[in-house]
Amino acid sequence: MISFEHVTKRYPDGTVAVDDLSFEVDEGEILVLVGPSGCGKTTSMRMINRMVEPSSGTIRVDGRDVTTLDPADLRRGIGYVIQQIGLFPHRSVADNIATVPRLLDWDADRIDARVNELVDTVGLTPAMQSRYPHQLSGGQRQRVGVARALAADPPVLLMDEPFGAVDPIVRTRLQAEFLSLQEQVRKTIVFVTHDIDEAIAMGDRIAILAEGGVLQQLDSPTEILARPANAFVEEFLGAERELRRLALIPVSEVAADRGPVVRPGDTPAQAATAARAAGTDWVAIVGQDGTVHGWCDLADVTGPVDPAAARPFAATVRAHDTLRAALDVLVASPNGVAVRVGPSGSYEGLVTRELVTGALS
Amino acid sequence: MSPLLAQSRPFPDWEWIQRNGDIVLEQGVQHVQLTVAAVAIGFLIAFPLALLASRRRRLAGPVLQVTGVLFTIPSLALFVGLVPLTGLSTTTALIPLTLYTLLILVRNTIAGLDSVPSEVVEAARAMGFREAALLRSVELPLALPVIIAGVRIATVTTIGLVTVTALIGQGGWGQIILSGFQRQNLTPTLVGFLLSVVLAVTLDLLLVALERRLSPWSRKAAR
Repeated sequence: MISFEHVTKRYPDGTVAVDDLSFEVDEGEILVLVGPSGCGKTTSMRMINRMVEPSSGTIRVDGRDVTTLDPADLRRGIGYVIQQIGLFPHRSVADNIATVPRLLDWDADRIDARVNELVDTVGLTPAMQSRYPHQLSGGQRQRVGVARALAADPPVLLMDEPFGAVDPIVRTRLQAEFLSLQEQVRKTIVFVTHDIDEAIAMGDRIAILAEGGVLQQLDSPTEILARPANAFVEEFLGAERELRRLALIPVSEVAADRGPVVRPGDTPAQAATAARAAGTDWVAIVGQDGTVHGWCDLADVTGPVDPAAARPFAATVRAHDTLRAALDVLVASPNGVAVRVGPSGSYEGLVTRELVTGALS
Repeated sequence: MSPLLAQSRPFPDWEWIQRNGDIVLEQGVQHVQLTVAAVAIGFLIAFPLALLASRRRRLAGPVLQVTGVLFTIPSLALFVGLVPLTGLSTTTALIPLTLYTLLILVRNTIAGLDSVPSEVVEAARAMGFREAALLRSVELPLALPVIIAGVRIATVTTIGLVTVTALIGQGGWGQIILSGFQRQNLTPTLVGFLLSVVLAVTLDLLLVALERRLSPWSRKAAR
């Protein structure tokens, strides 16, 4: 959908911002450009809609060389979101969202319908349509910025640190919301950030650039974390690389241990067998219907297993949790295991540190 | 008693006010006409200059210097100096009045355009605004409060300066102020002075109202 062919940007003073960059962005994917400041990530992005002109090389959008297109026409077909958002302070939320449809001369009814739809899509209330940007919170402004970029339904979106101006909690929420929105709209997105965690969270693929606009590695987050191409990438990924890898793997990816499961009413001998098989000195009490009752020390099982005597598991995880979250739970767990619980509280097995770390190899 | 302060008539001189109502009104019309014409023509000259200066940054210095030098010419010298060229005409009054508005109007228009947040201009360009539409729908509306602030200062300054043109036979209420001085009658001088002040305040308030009407968003922002 977007291709860079040997693109270089050299400024008149000789500074090279982007150096012989070649890559392709596939239709419907989020490609994240990430790197330290001065790595040319923003410059590269801005060359796509001709806010910056390349010194040499070719950029194609949908097969067409962008330098052959009228800049204004080209830009009306590319959504654009920047960190400062750049909402028009003199226009209401609805008018801001309607900007590109108006430039494209849509009729008023179609614009109204589109604005109503987008306000809903990005999670704003209809009452906000008549507000001015300064009457909104940072997060709300960001949503308006995204709605405005999507207004004319462009196939391509350019996003430059779009969630950089909001606090970390709102940022995480906006990231998650945007990803689920992307599930529906399937835009081809070039996303610029300096934050490796954001790159990992948002990117289908990540391009890591070094100072002077030199591409170091372009691959999926999992691949980059597992196999950094060089020392620069390794350093950029930081000290917590393994933890970041764990953050990309859901608990459902690893097979849970069966664990020392006993049923209510089992004899102490059965409990001892279960515990010995699992190598523990305690047992997990699970009802016939699969419900977790809790656990108790093997030494305390002197008669038939009694669910009422069970102590609740402090450490539980669910299938969609990440292994990083699971590890966090495990670190705090007194017996070094976490119970994997199903949607209705059913027992799905035990997750251990060995299982988590095993997923990295 | 010094001849300057000598009074030939009682104060307040009600009789003078009754006799000269028509003249006061007539001179008032001229006062308003000269003021509005000077500011309007001044704006028509200043706006393109300011636009040019804000687009071509190198020109901003020279433009401000030239208008600044014009502003420093003593008004009396300029009015009198033009008499041999254009006579005791409205034109002779209008040229300096207009020139004096330029510095204020150019400076404020440049400041207004500069006050438009760069990320807003950037976002507008990136969404596909062409230059003319960008100026009309984004930059001018956002620059308007600062531009109108300039028009307000220019208007109030011009109302004061118009009175000086009485010396070349124009002057609106300046004529009345001058004649009161010449006839040693405080009443016309005071009437001319007070009416000038009232006019200045009135036009200023009208411009404030205009600005509020054209920029409802900035009023909400101020709250």
